[in-house]
Amino acid sequence: MAHGPQPGLKRWLYTTNHKDIGTLYLWFSFAMFFLGGCMALIIRAELFEPGLQIVQPEFFNQMTTMHGLIMVFGAVMPAFVGLANWMIPMMIGAPDMALPRMNNWSFWILPFGFAMLASTLFMEGGAPNFGWTFYAPLSTEYAPPSVTFFIFSVHILGASSIMGAINIIATILNMRAPGMTLMKMPLFVWTWLITAYLLIAVMPVLAGVVTMMLMDIHFGTSFFSAAGGGDPVLFQHVFWFFGHPEVYIMILPAFGIISAIIPTFARKPLFGYSSMVYATAAIAFLSLIVWAHHMFTVGMPIAGELFFMYATMLISVPTGVKIFNWVSTMFKGSMTFETPMLFAIAFIILFAIGGFSGLMLAIAPADFQYHDTYFVVAHFHYVLVPGAIFSITAGVYYWLPKWTGNMYNETMGKVHFWMAFVGLNLTFFPMHFVGLAGMPRRIPDYALQFADFNQMASMGAFLFGAAQVVFLFNVVRTVMGGKKASEQVWENPQGLEWTVPSPAPYHTFSTPPILR
Amino acid sequence: MASESSYYVPEQSKLPIFATIGLFLMAFGAANWINGGSSYIFFTGALFLASVLWFWFAAVIKENMAGLNSEQLKRSYVWGMGWFIFSEVMFFAAFFGALYYIRNFSVPWLAGEGDNGISNMLWEGFENSWPLYVTPDAAAHGDTAKFVGPKDVIDPWHLPLWNTIILLTSSVTVHFAHVFLKKGERGKFNMWLGGTVILGGVFIYLQAQEYYEAYQHLGLTLESGVYGTTFFMLTGFHGAHVTLGTIMLLIMLLRSVIAQHFKPDDHFGFEAASWYWHFVDVVWVGLFIFVYVLGA
Repeated sequence: MAHGPQPGLKRWLYTTNHKDIGTLYLWFSFAMFFLGGCMALIIRAELFEPGLQIVQPEFFNQMTTMHGLIMVFGAVMPAFVGLANWMIPMMIGAPDMALPRMNNWSFWILPFGFAMLASTLFMEGGAPNFGWTFYAPLSTEYAPPSVTFFIFSVHILGASSIMGAINIIATILNMRAPGMTLMKMPLFVWTWLITAYLLIAVMPVLAGVVTMMLMDIHFGTSFFSAAGGGDPVLFQHVFWFFGHPEVYIMILPAFGIISAIIPTFARKPLFGYSSMVYATAAIAFLSLIVWAHHMFTVGMPIAGELFFMYATMLISVPTGVKIFNWVSTMFKGSMTFETPMLFAIAFIILFAIGGFSGLMLAIAPADFQYHDTYFVVAHFHYVLVPGAIFSITAGVYYWLPKWTGNMYNETMGKVHFWMAFVGLNLTFFPMHFVGLAGMPRRIPDYALQFADFNQMASMGAFLFGAAQVVFLFNVVRTVMGGKKASEQVWENPQGLEWTVPSPAPYHTFSTPPILR
Repeated sequence: MASESSYYVPEQSKLPIFATIGLFLMAFGAANWINGGSSYIFFTGALFLASVLWFWFAAVIKENMAGLNSEQLKRSYVWGMGWFIFSEVMFFAAFFGALYYIRNFSVPWLAGEGDNGISNMLWEGFENSWPLYVTPDAAAHGDTAKFVGPKDVIDPWHLPLWNTIILLTSSVTVHFAHVFLKKGERGKFNMWLGGTVILGGVFIYLQAQEYYEAYQHLGLTLESGVYGTTFFMLTGFHGAHVTLGTIMLLIMLLRSVIAQHFKPDDHFGFEAASWYWHFVDVVWVGLFIFVYVLGA
């Protein structure tokens, strides 16, 4: 039990320790966040003015595609898996993840998979240019040759996700300390259990749809070709069967993080714990039967439009339960506003805005106006940036003292928050207006009347980007040193992770902890 | 829930990073090969990955034989295999779903039926039928069509019926093997498991015969429109899984015969392989009904 970390590079290459692997995931995600962010800035720089200034349309399309793929699969998902790796064993009193060697394998596939994906930028014909949703036939008949490499990289990234999810489920169901019953688990653990289930349910479907593409492109099948009896719309159905649960995969763990942070800084126990659990399960279930709301304009039968419209609207009920519970937790609480709390409160407000625009998009007849405009871009960035990214940021500030043993710089944290908050609203709020006015998404040029709002958006994007540099600097500084953090770090926070020293020992628990 | 008095913490391991390198070479090599490059990278990667997995499984077996695996860790392996099979179920669900959509929506619409029947204007003369002997392409463009339908399809009541009987039987034989293993009768275990492996081999042989027949005599190919597409993708992925399952069971057999592995109360390696086998069996029943019987 005494063995600690190995020296040098070997520690990271051969590690089976959940904290090491969590750290690897988080740094990898941070790197991808900056890579994907740079691509976003290229997009915003080009869109600063109407006309073509900086990049050619072909390259612009590659940037929108790669930005989406890298942010979804490289930044957000690995960040949540990194947090799961670090926190779940500590939260449930386990020694480590259930399958530690497979855990290492899940991580190391990622850098190799993304190296393969990024290498397409230098291939003949360029990188994938068909959008992160890679609709057929744009991604089949009209795709650059690099699409084959894209397909196989999706395959191995999917394998990594499935292995990671299996590991998380096995850990939660099998490794809890005695007395840690299911309904005593922290919500972050609950949300991850449900997320992992969703991952195993839909990542194989993604593998299926890219396999169909591969066969259509290279082996003469006709899944997505009407000439042979297939249908390009079939692609959209299979893709969104994966794709819609995927957006909940990127938000459910965020709910768990917020549910940990709000009670700590409101100094009140979480309001409605069990309703939070049931709401999470309900959202996960509904997420599997709403996929075609992404396809209202594709020409579905009216019964389909209605079913998917009502099913989608139903999701607002469990989501509303969650928002209500968070607000009720804060109600009459004795609140303080440290950096994690600022991000968490901004999460609640801004995620709700993204939720409302989602409700608007869910109305099938109205969606015909919004479809494929910047309104959609505004909507999903409002749920992903202040949703997923803010919750990850909040979680990092919240647990960083536990990981490193040092307090981060609070002033710098607040500067980061306000720059990011202003930056993202400046970037994405005007997109609602240009979208409603009819500006199409994924186009490098636009009509003159959209120029003002686009310039605001571009300035906001660079401000948001600068905020993340502050974040990086703050994190690196905290890792290097700083004021020592206490065991509890915050004032009387709940959870097993706050009962161990800061930094948490390499092996947290050598015997199962006693639960009160 | 944990029931151990003290926790097991694993050592560092070189296996995952090597497995990653193998998997990466395999994936990169496959893309390179399909795009017209050489196949060397793919085969190097596949061989490398296979040997890493060999050492990986060997390490797990050795640890278990040395008594290092706690009851808790063993349960983790059980959970792991269970959820892996669920992921496989969802993979097949994607292809069954595609078949459902094609038969109930895309082909009728292309033939002018229902809400989207207007698309028939592009494929004049195309009629809804299954099997799809005349593709929309062939109906509209005759001899210049790229996708020409099959002349005939596989009769479910000959080879596929035999294959159904073989595979269902093999599920029973592998169950008997399990029963005798639990009773501690190694001889009978080996016999029943050996029988299962043989049945698996016969199934693969007959499936190959069927493919030969389809390609050589029926004009039923991957390129023969959406009938051939769904037929070969569903049966092909199933066949690949049967092949993998047969290899898994064969390895279990060799472990038992050569190395005397497995105890009456500790044999999850075999149990996992048999779960996998039952799973491919269930998929086949789905294929027999939805692809062969309802597709003929």
